[in-house]
Amino acid sequence: MKKIKEFLVENSIRLSGVIIILIVILIFIFLFKNAIALFQNYSLKEFLTGKQWYPISEPPKFGIVPLLLGSLLVTVGASIISIPLGISCAVFISEIAPQFLKDTLKALIELLAAIPSVVLGFVGMVTLVPFIRSVFNLPTGLTALSGSIMLALMAMPTIVSIAEDALNAVPKAYKEGAYALGATKWQVIHRVILPAAFSGLVAAIMLGIGRVIGETMAVMMITGNAARIPHSFLEPVRTMTATIAAEMGETVRGDLHYFALFAIGLVLFLITFVINLIADIALNRSRR
Amino acid sequence: MKRLSPKLTQTLAYIFIITSTLIVILPILGVLFLIIKRGLPAINWEFLTQMPKMGMKAGGIFPAIVGTFYLIIGTLIFSLPLGVLAAIYLVEYARENIFTRIIKLSIVNLAGIPSIVYGLFGLGLFVIFLHFGTSILAGSLTLAIMSIPVVVTATKEALESVPNSFREVSLSLGATKWQTIRHAVLPYALPGIITGTILSLSRAAGETAPILFTVAAFYLPRLPRSIFDQVMALPYHLYVISTQVPNMPLKLSYGTALVLLGLVLFLNLWAVIIRTHFRKKKKW
Amino acid sequence: MVADSVKIKTEDLNIYFGNVQAVKNLNLEIFRNEILAIIGPANSGKTSFLRMLNRLNDLTPGFSYTGKIYLEGQEITAIPVEELRKRIGMVFALPVPLPVSVYDNIAYGPRMRGIRKKSQLDTIVESALKEAYLWDEVKDRLKDNAFLLSGGQQQRLCIARTLANQPEVILFDEPCSGLDPVSTAKVEETMLELKNKYTVVLVTNNTKQAARVSDRTAFFLMGELIEISSTSEIFTNPRDKRTEDYISGKFG
Repeated sequence: MKKIKEFLVENSIRLSGVIIILIVILIFIFLFKNAIALFQNYSLKEFLTGKQWYPISEPPKFGIVPLLLGSLLVTVGASIISIPLGISCAVFISEIAPQFLKDTLKALIELLAAIPSVVLGFVGMVTLVPFIRSVFNLPTGLTALSGSIMLALMAMPTIVSIAEDALNAVPKAYKEGAYALGATKWQVIHRVILPAAFSGLVAAIMLGIGRVIGETMAVMMITGNAARIPHSFLEPVRTMTATIAAEMGETVRGDLHYFALFAIGLVLFLITFVINLIADIALNRSRR
Repeated sequence: MKRLSPKLTQTLAYIFIITSTLIVILPILGVLFLIIKRGLPAINWEFLTQMPKMGMKAGGIFPAIVGTFYLIIGTLIFSLPLGVLAAIYLVEYARENIFTRIIKLSIVNLAGIPSIVYGLFGLGLFVIFLHFGTSILAGSLTLAIMSIPVVVTATKEALESVPNSFREVSLSLGATKWQTIRHAVLPYALPGIITGTILSLSRAAGETAPILFTVAAFYLPRLPRSIFDQVMALPYHLYVISTQVPNMPLKLSYGTALVLLGLVLFLNLWAVIIRTHFRKKKKW
Repeated sequence: MVADSVKIKTEDLNIYFGNVQAVKNLNLEIFRNEILAIIGPANSGKTSFLRMLNRLNDLTPGFSYTGKIYLEGQEITAIPVEELRKRIGMVFALPVPLPVSVYDNIAYGPRMRGIRKKSQLDTIVESALKEAYLWDEVKDRLKDNAFLLSGGQQQRLCIARTLANQPEVILFDEPCSGLDPVSTAKVEETMLELKNKYTVVLVTNNTKQAARVSDRTAFFLMGELIEISSTSEIFTNPRDKRTEDYISGKFG
């Protein structure tokens, strides 16, 4: 009797392992299959280089460039803001803050990480967007700039916590050696600790960027939804993620538009895959 | 320009660093403060227990709360057993070879995929291909698939943190492999597993993109009757009332945001409590 | 010693971990109710050999072996591994209690084999603790977590835990390496008593301990059995020069 029970349990466990593998494969296949279906009736080159995204025109145009640039613009903007701020904040927490402050700050950062993106999108929509509009005297505050600011805030917990781990992992011996030579704390930080933690910091940045690129709701609520090529930060843009979300409801299964959205999904998937790969390599380097 | 003294450089650097930290921290406090201050007035018994009225501009958010609860439970049912068992397989049974390494790598990558891609996948597979339609079933499955990498990773780490000596001792006393897992490993991995699961559920509760077209209903005048029914949900409700309802009273939107935020933070708080409590009790 | 009192026998045993050979061509007999000490410098294959007997090497990736091992004339691969491990118990180098109560530690083995009645378990726990000379010290603390015991007590707990399975053979893998001299003495005293009922194999880095406790001693060097004879013989009149050098401290 015991033997039977043992047999059942062990095989359920193996079965779960197999199911997980199947799910992973299924996701990949489903994504690929539906994305590739686009290119049976639409040129791949046109998709990758076309500057017009007009899915409902006759014939439809599925050029991903405006969406790619939209994502890029917002990501670059968010990075410019969040990377220096995030790394500095991590340095503060890890090297400068007294213990009681450390715990409070870390708790606050974790708190930020838990806030759902739709909530941040909502708050940004009703506070930041009108603010940008009035400050820059624009017809609308729904701009790439607003999106960048909000996304920078959302990327912060990722960047700060991974960077902080990397800084903490720097062996004490490095720091003690530098202090023994009479360096000031700041000199130790920027000449010894930061370079030593470099790989970990790269991972933090990569994962922060990955977070930004994948964000959907906040951008939908804040960047406007103009699928045109942006010329400045003060214009509305449309990201790849927002496009999928906004247009998903308008497609019919099996039509070109449906496949085109999967094609965007595939591009997103590949981009985040590469980013995660780089982050992974960087993290492995930092662990040696 | 003359070289600045090290002391001066340090002071300038410190000013920059501290300012940066403030720039990061103040918005967090600002957002929290704003949501509480402007959302609290909307919270009352009616708000939490009544259906929306007047095109959502009045009344309560009860169906959205109920919907979110159903989705949380559905996600739990589909993601917990599978995720935990699969992690046990990967850590305790699977042999170290190129195949298992690819699997582990894939799971890590799955965790990084944008949530909208999961929504797309859920739409294509569950809603359309399997004919589940826009339903609690499709939505829960989509959220579950999104949560599984997190549950697997958390379980994996929890299992790996149990000292190997426990396994050796148990086996050397004549226990079978499953007995060893059940009595000498799992009880000590449980806090980590529970914490990870709660955190994954709290994330699922707050996500909008995966439920946009797999389950969410704009307005449903009644509660769902079966798992094949559509349902309202808090994150989607917040999105809809802020972007698609003209002249929406801001107070109610803030109220909805507060309820959602409160739910998510409540779950996270439990995860933290469990984690700290068991860390203290650890005897090894 | 008479041939039919052979408890364990190895035939041409070779143990490999990946490409590294840990034990070469081992032919060894262990007799019933003796204490056999195995001495030798680090990496001589002592522990690898010991872990062969209760098949713990199965847990190590890259492990493989050739040759045969017999327990009471039966090949150990023909015995279900859980039963083998009940009959051959092991005490490890560092005390490794499970983070449960003293009682639950001792009752672990019996429970895994299906014994559930409290009265039965109570008897088993008490007699195991008495055999390990730990009963008097913990009889009022059976519900305490095992980690609250001192190092020496924990190690005797581990011995009692093995005894609760009513084994035939007990393997000791450098059991006193983490203990103070007083605890070491207590463990050695226990070992001497145990040989009346059990067969004991003791791997130790401490040649003096081997001299104090064992009936026969085997000297391993670089995976090979160099010499094996009665303890008094080996320590006063070793046949191989390498044995003599090791015992006199010239290397190791």
